[in-house]
Amino acid sequence: MPTTLPTDPPITPAVLKQHKISPSEYERIQAALGRDPSFTELGVFSVMYSEHCSYKSSRVHLRRLPTKGPRVIQGPGENAGVVDIGDGFAAVFKMESHNHPSFIEPHQGAATGVGGIMRDVFTMGARPIASLNSLRFGRSDHPRTPELLRGVVAGIGGYGNCIGVPTVGGEVMFDEAYDGNILVNAFTCGVARTDRIFYGRASGLGNPILYIGAKTGRDGIHGATMASDEFQEGVAAQRPTMQVGDPFMGKLLLEACLELFATDALEGIQDMGAAGLTSSSVEMAGRAQSGLEIDLDLVPRRAKKMQPYEILLSESQERMLLVAKQGREPEVLAICKKWDIDAAVIGHVTSTGKWVVKATPGYDPLDASPIARDAVVVCEIPVGAVNDDAPVYDRPRADDAAHAARTHLGDDEVPAIGSIEAELLAACGSPNLGSRAWIYRQYDQIVRGGTMVRPGSDAAIVRVQCERDGDVFYKYLSFAVDCNGRMGELDAFAGGAMAVAEACRNLVCSGAEPIGLSDCLNFGNPERPEIMQQLSRAIDGIAAACTALSVPIVSGNVSLYNETSTPSGTRAILPTPGIAGVGQLADPADAVTQYFKDDGDLIFVIGRAVGTPRTSLSGSEWLTRKLGKIVGDAPVIDLALEASVQSLVLGLARARLLASAHDVSEGGLAVAVAECCVTAPRAELDRGAEVALPMTGAGAVAEAAALFGEAPTRVVVSVRPGDEAAATSMASAAGVRFERIGVVGGDALALTLGARSSRVFVAELRSAREGCLGSIVGR
Amino acid sequence: MFPGLNADAEMLRTLRTVCGVETIVVQYTETELPAGVDLVTIPGGFSYGDYLRCGALAKASPILAAVKKHADRGGFVLGVCNGFQILCEVGLLPGALTPNVHQRFECGDWYVKTTATTPFTRNLGDVWRLPIAHGEGRYQASPRELERLEKEGLVALRYCNAQGDFAPEGNPNGSMFDIAGIVGGPRKNVLGLMPHPERMSEALQGGDDGKWLFLAVTAA
Repeated sequence: MPTTLPTDPPITPAVLKQHKISPSEYERIQAALGRDPSFTELGVFSVMYSEHCSYKSSRVHLRRLPTKGPRVIQGPGENAGVVDIGDGFAAVFKMESHNHPSFIEPHQGAATGVGGIMRDVFTMGARPIASLNSLRFGRSDHPRTPELLRGVVAGIGGYGNCIGVPTVGGEVMFDEAYDGNILVNAFTCGVARTDRIFYGRASGLGNPILYIGAKTGRDGIHGATMASDEFQEGVAAQRPTMQVGDPFMGKLLLEACLELFATDALEGIQDMGAAGLTSSSVEMAGRAQSGLEIDLDLVPRRAKKMQPYEILLSESQERMLLVAKQGREPEVLAICKKWDIDAAVIGHVTSTGKWVVKATPGYDPLDASPIARDAVVVCEIPVGAVNDDAPVYDRPRADDAAHAARTHLGDDEVPAIGSIEAELLAACGSPNLGSRAWIYRQYDQIVRGGTMVRPGSDAAIVRVQCERDGDVFYKYLSFAVDCNGRMGELDAFAGGAMAVAEACRNLVCSGAEPIGLSDCLNFGNPERPEIMQQLSRAIDGIAAACTALSVPIVSGNVSLYNETSTPSGTRAILPTPGIAGVGQLADPADAVTQYFKDDGDLIFVIGRAVGTPRTSLSGSEWLTRKLGKIVGDAPVIDLALEASVQSLVLGLARARLLASAHDVSEGGLAVAVAECCVTAPRAELDRGAEVALPMTGAGAVAEAAALFGEAPTRVVVSVRPGDEAAATSMASAAGVRFERIGVVGGDALALTLGARSSRVFVAELRSAREGCLGSIVGR
Repeated sequence: MFPGLNADAEMLRTLRTVCGVETIVVQYTETELPAGVDLVTIPGGFSYGDYLRCGALAKASPILAAVKKHADRGGFVLGVCNGFQILCEVGLLPGALTPNVHQRFECGDWYVKTTATTPFTRNLGDVWRLPIAHGEGRYQASPRELERLEKEGLVALRYCNAQGDFAPEGNPNGSMFDIAGIVGGPRKNVLGLMPHPERMSEALQGGDDGKWLFLAVTAA
């Protein structure tokens, strides 16, 4: 029975509401403890029962994701997923959201998001080698968009650049559905030796528990609970729960941990992320089916007069919890001293199955003359009660009754294509399709010297130098992140499936075989049946695409309550199941980039637009921009065809038959071809092309679909003239359509569409693309 | 090495793999350089987080006295990016690196032209495409200092466009006189530059112009 502290307020219905504990959850707590919780314990339950920590609304659905495969060493449930990349090395990766904090304070929110995901990765024994991000902002002319975009980008760069991990790619989209809830999803991949993978497990009776890293302050208390709530207007009031990132400390912690891993002194390790010391320690005990006892008097701190409640729930950044082997503490402490970071033994592993926390009431080591320590128990909770026995809800689901009317598209609503030149330039310079250089120029894309393909192609490629016992192995990994929430808005299943398909398509376009995915599921309030339905169906779509493409989900994150209530109603974000894909190249010479290389190369489209011209316009960037709303029938994807197309593209890349490869996605075929012309690393490498766009039928819908329809499962490739026969025969053996549409050359992109033709100089296309983001942020 | 530097992997790789020279890592806490050192390199990064001023805290490190002695004796010293900032802070090179004129971190390939005859460069007038990655790379010095640098042939590298002409669009950060790197020391044996030649020394990295700098100095 824990001691009640003099500072503890009584637990009233108002206190429960503040902690977002429902009456039924409170009964569950009472049953688990066999008594009422103390105030400190209530805080612990509050964060551990939060959506962010417990996945209570999503867990029943996440079980449907395919998570196994011959290369999978560790699937979801640990700090990050682990996939074998051969020769005794593994890729360790995960994507995670930091949406709510980034909207409140964009720079720090994004920076701590990056710091957090990096710690999740290096916690497993891996040195981080690449980061990417997936961002969503409100409409480009929303008054807060410039400030949020500037802040988020500077925050991501500020952390990643300083800690020395290259940011090699990402994606960004603007849509008014994100006006009140931006999304910041950060991905990091590291590489570890397979015999030195570390897990977040508190095992080994009597083993010491160590706290290392930054001192504990009051920042971020109840961050996890905040991240599990929708916004009310006037979010600035939540600033006190913001954490602050310190990439220099992050770098020291990273190097100290990597040195610790090499000593074999550790049993387990976990980042103190959301819900800080509480979740890291209870999760470690939960995974090991052990118990543990910690003494808060020993926790290094930077704020005065911190209560046990605050120490347990602080989300101060750059902290780690370690379990060392008995007797190895001095080694651990010495390495931390070398890197100049705080370290303290704060407890030990028990076999009681209980999570016991002690503290001396009123004790503060920062006092000039601290009172004598005489620790009493302040929490005593069965480990299971905050792990496996945390609530799991199968929340009600229902289709949105208003959906059909909201997304209806009449045939006569599709505007006619005026001047193809003007349409193409407008598309290429639009916020969602233009160059992302303004963003990635602020990221160090090349630190560590391994970046082979930088941002701006379908997927980035990084050479990783892996060393073991003096032997050096090179691994070539490829990365892409994708999602189109507009497709999810029209059909959540298609949205999920298309995100997986596009991420993998981008990887094969770079010459890499997809080896594993991480998902970051961003949705609205799960207590609304129509949102829960979106989440469930998006997961089914992801699962179906993973199965069709034989690629597992090995890690991920769920971010719910991304919606804002205003006096005029509640607005949820578009269903945004972000997918980060990791691929591996068998040989660096297989690498392919998206831009055209040489005059005279022949241009082909691999695959075909399934569905109808009408469905290919559904939710397309062109139509959305024209009509100011996301409308259309459910988008269509044929996953069997997708698998054949991807397998062919990878085969062609490995046969060295591709001069370039670029997937057709937002903006459709016309924009894809334009991007092939003008996305070379330098303007002097840009190429023109003559292309005849395939068209199905005639009329406004057919023309718009041929130019800007976003039917998936298509790849634009260029092939040297001498390789045409070999490439064509591979395609026909695969039974995949391989249609010649043009030739590379000249200083303009000449498009033919039925009887119409157009011509735009590549220099104009480049300048249209490059102007897009600078004008949004006002420079 | 200083705490917070992060561009050590590519520097070591370039020296070992591309130039085939022997390397040894010396920590900031050391007071002496190992015997037989020909070239000291200070790689890029964010020493001590660069919270105060780039390189400002590193200058208090014990090893820098030894580096200074090495430089004064005519030993080669190469400071890249944060390493350049540190060399300026300790006074081995004049001037200072201040925040980029557009106030943003800038990463990408830019062109530089070799504008002095130094042990680190081959032919006068070579144009190299090299990557930069910095938030504070705008070189500034007093007019008198600039005049002296120019007169004494100490401006080693200047930003230029692809054709090798000095032009505003070729200058990524607002550096005075388009300065990308300067030399100092008794025999131009100390080079500080903002671009990262060690990140562009192999074809896989998208170009290998940077290797010429290392080949020149390791042969000198």
